[in-house]
Amino acid sequence: MTRALIIGATSAIAGAVARLWAEQGHALFLTGRNPERLKLLRHDLLARGAARVETAVLEVTDTLQQEAVISQAVQTLDGLDLALLAHGSLPGSDDWHSSPEAARLAFEVNATATITLLTRLTGLFESRQHGTLVVISSVAGDRGRQSNYLYGAAKGAVSLFTQGLRNRLHGGPVRVITVKPGMVDTPMTRSFDKGLLWATPEQVAIDVVRAVSRGRDVVYSPWYWRWIMLVIRLLPEWLFKRLRL
Amino acid sequence: MSGHSHQSWGRWPRASQQVLPLYWPDDQLPATGDLSLLPRGNGRSYGDVCLNDGGALLDCRQLNRFVSFDPEHGRLACEAGVLLGDIQRLTLPRGWMLSVSPGTQFVTVGGAIANDVHGKNHHRAGTFGRHVVSFELRRTDGSCLQCSPSENPELFRATVGGLGLTGVITRAEIQLKPVSGAYLDQQTVSFDHLDRFFELAAEADRQHEYTVAWIDCLARGPELGRGLLMTADHRDEANCSEPARRRLSVPFELPVSPVRSWSVRQFNRWYFNRQRRNAGRRRVHYQPFFYPLDAVGQWNRVYGRSGFYQYQCVIPEGQAREAVSDILERVSDAGSGSFLAVLKRFGDLPSPGLLSFPMPGVTLALDFANQGQRTLDLMDSLDQLTHAAGGRVNPSKDARMSAAHFQQAYPGWKQLQGLADPGLSSSFWRRVTVAP
Ligand SMILES: Cc1cc2nc3c(=O)[nH]c(=O)nc-3n(C[C@H](O)[C@H](O)[C@H](O)COP(=O)(O)OP(=O)(O)OC[C@H]3O[C@@H](n4cnc5c(N)ncnc54)[C@H](O)[C@@H]3O)c2cc1C
Ligand SMILES: NC(=O)c1ccc[n+]([C@@H]2O[C@H](COP(=O)([O-])OP(=O)(O)OC[C@H]3O[C@@H](n4cnc5c(N)ncnc54)[C@H](OP(=O)(O)O)[C@@H]3O)[C@@H](O)[C@H]2O)c1
Repeated sequence: MTRALIIGATSAIAGAVARLWAEQGHALFLTGRNPERLKLLRHDLLARGAARVETAVLEVTDTLQQEAVISQAVQTLDGLDLALLAHGSLPGSDDWHSSPEAARLAFEVNATATITLLTRLTGLFESRQHGTLVVISSVAGDRGRQSNYLYGAAKGAVSLFTQGLRNRLHGGPVRVITVKPGMVDTPMTRSFDKGLLWATPEQVAIDVVRAVSRGRDVVYSPWYWRWIMLVIRLLPEWLFKRLRL
Repeated sequence: MSGHSHQSWGRWPRASQQVLPLYWPDDQLPATGDLSLLPRGNGRSYGDVCLNDGGALLDCRQLNRFVSFDPEHGRLACEAGVLLGDIQRLTLPRGWMLSVSPGTQFVTVGGAIANDVHGKNHHRAGTFGRHVVSFELRRTDGSCLQCSPSENPELFRATVGGLGLTGVITRAEIQLKPVSGAYLDQQTVSFDHLDRFFELAAEADRQHEYTVAWIDCLARGPELGRGLLMTADHRDEANCSEPARRRLSVPFELPVSPVRSWSVRQFNRWYFNRQRRNAGRRRVHYQPFFYPLDAVGQWNRVYGRSGFYQYQCVIPEGQAREAVSDILERVSDAGSGSFLAVLKRFGDLPSPGLLSFPMPGVTLALDFANQGQRTLDLMDSLDQLTHAAGGRVNPSKDARMSAAHFQQAYPGWKQLQGLADPGLSSSFWRRVTVAP
């Protein structure tokens, strides 16, 4: 039986992943900010076949709490095989264009908190010689664009961090998987007009679960984003800076 | 988000509306100002009960969490966006199945309640609403009410079959029925005339859990109403495996519909002959028997850009033989027939909703490619036959019946209007509640 910790479990994407893992009979430890919602998830996942579901409240920017919650997860599940980091927030440009404080906070949630969590979990997994880290980054981290470069910079930091970590841990028992979803229809993107390229959280969840079972390194989800981002990364800067993306 | 992304299953009429998702059952309903709102399930209604042209839709599909399942008593509580197919997959291995299931598994619990859907076992189980223990209803004034046959019973009756107009169902508790496994014993008998259907069907209902007939509505004269009667019963076999999957899909809307009377005639003939050869007893999985059309994803796209209509009526027992025969003659003369015409007897278990469609009698369902005025005229003439025989048309499949017909056939509509949430409306409701 696999024991998984999910940070940001109330996210739509994490919720869909948790469901698939529940159907596979995993034991789950969920963290989120809203205890009522964690309770709803817990009941759902138990009904779907999870071996066990426990929850804890975690505001990810609270670094002291991070340690406590991770230990609690390890203790309750009697070890840990898998950790999924799925929290995130997409700041509205009105806020961070003019407010340094909003910019700092967005970076803290999306990058700093993720990196501190990863550092703790890596330490844990290394000491136990076992474990897989799955981090939800974003295609937004592949190139800075005017519409979301603060979020993109934070996700880019996470992508680079996990890339280096994977490199360092290569050959050892601990694995690192970076997932880069494209545009996904979730509460985070509630106010966007949805078009052709949009995916559902369920589609992304299937890719996450498959990436874990197949031991992949970097996964774009849906797959076509790998090629879209390849093109976008190849555009020369003199051209790119003129585009409205 | 706004635009044309959310259509109905018939893909006609086209509607333009804002789409606002509801992610959690305790989320506030979105404020839409002057725009009316309509809860939306999985859009499997054929007509405009799931459309709100010029308004907003509240997409409830993310309310897809189970709340609890009691495998001892077969009680399931879940959020309203859970799909019926997901319930079957969850509970079957533990010996339970939906008491009532419509012809597709891609329907939400909220949609099944709001249209008080029926299945192939109507003669034994009645409608879906009969198996609803309770639900939670959120209204746009911010209130949240628990409804059951004994708690807020008026609102319960108005919401079952209430077409999404009384509030947003966020959670429901339903009673399942015990079964041994996933397999059924199916029996198919062919009949070469409508009269024969009426002889066979009553007896079939007495003997079998599930009954449904398919008829070739383009056959004429001595072959009028020829078809196949299929019956099935649960096997006493504890096998819950999923069926072998071969899911095809129509990838895009065909620019020109191939569904013309000639191709339909050929298809119907081929299907009839193939099935007749397969007549007899067979062991089948419940999915192809309950949900035959689910085998082809998005099959509604074959009707092309202009979409199609489904016409479903029910005729009281005494008048049924004559009226169904008249309707089939009219359709066959017009030559604009449908692939599948489905014929089924409804039993006499009362429907719990104020506006539920089923009543004791015989129901006939036909699909028509949308060929403009000609198709509308044909259906208007079918309405006359239906109403003259004391029957009525199913709102959940309708996109065109007149306000006069609706109001006469569903006298409960006034009462529903009184109980409806003033912040909610639909294309259908505006169409059928104008002064005739
Ligand atoms: C292939 C096929 C076969 C079918 N076979 C049958 C059959 O055998 N018997 C039968 O009865 N029907 C049948 N139907 C019709 C279908 O079962 C109904 O239209 C069903 O109600 C669709 O559910 P939905 O979740 O798609 O809801 P939608 O079509 O999206 O909505 C239906 C209605 O429910 C309301 N609604 C949806 N969710 C909520 C909610 N959370 N709270 C309040 N109101 C809500 C909407 O406002 C709307 O009025 C069939 C349809 C198809 C496509
Ligand atoms: N949606 C997309 O288009 C898209 C694209 C690429 C990548 N992603 C990434 O996918 C992941 C999942 O997001 P989603 O799309 O599923 O969005 P979502 O449903 O809005 O989930 C966001 C989650 O992050 C949590 N969160 C935000 N700030 C937090 C904080 N300070 N402390 C703890 N938790 C916090 C939220 O918790 P609350 O419920 O308490 O608010 C929520 O559970 C995120 O990392 C996101 O960046 C999304």
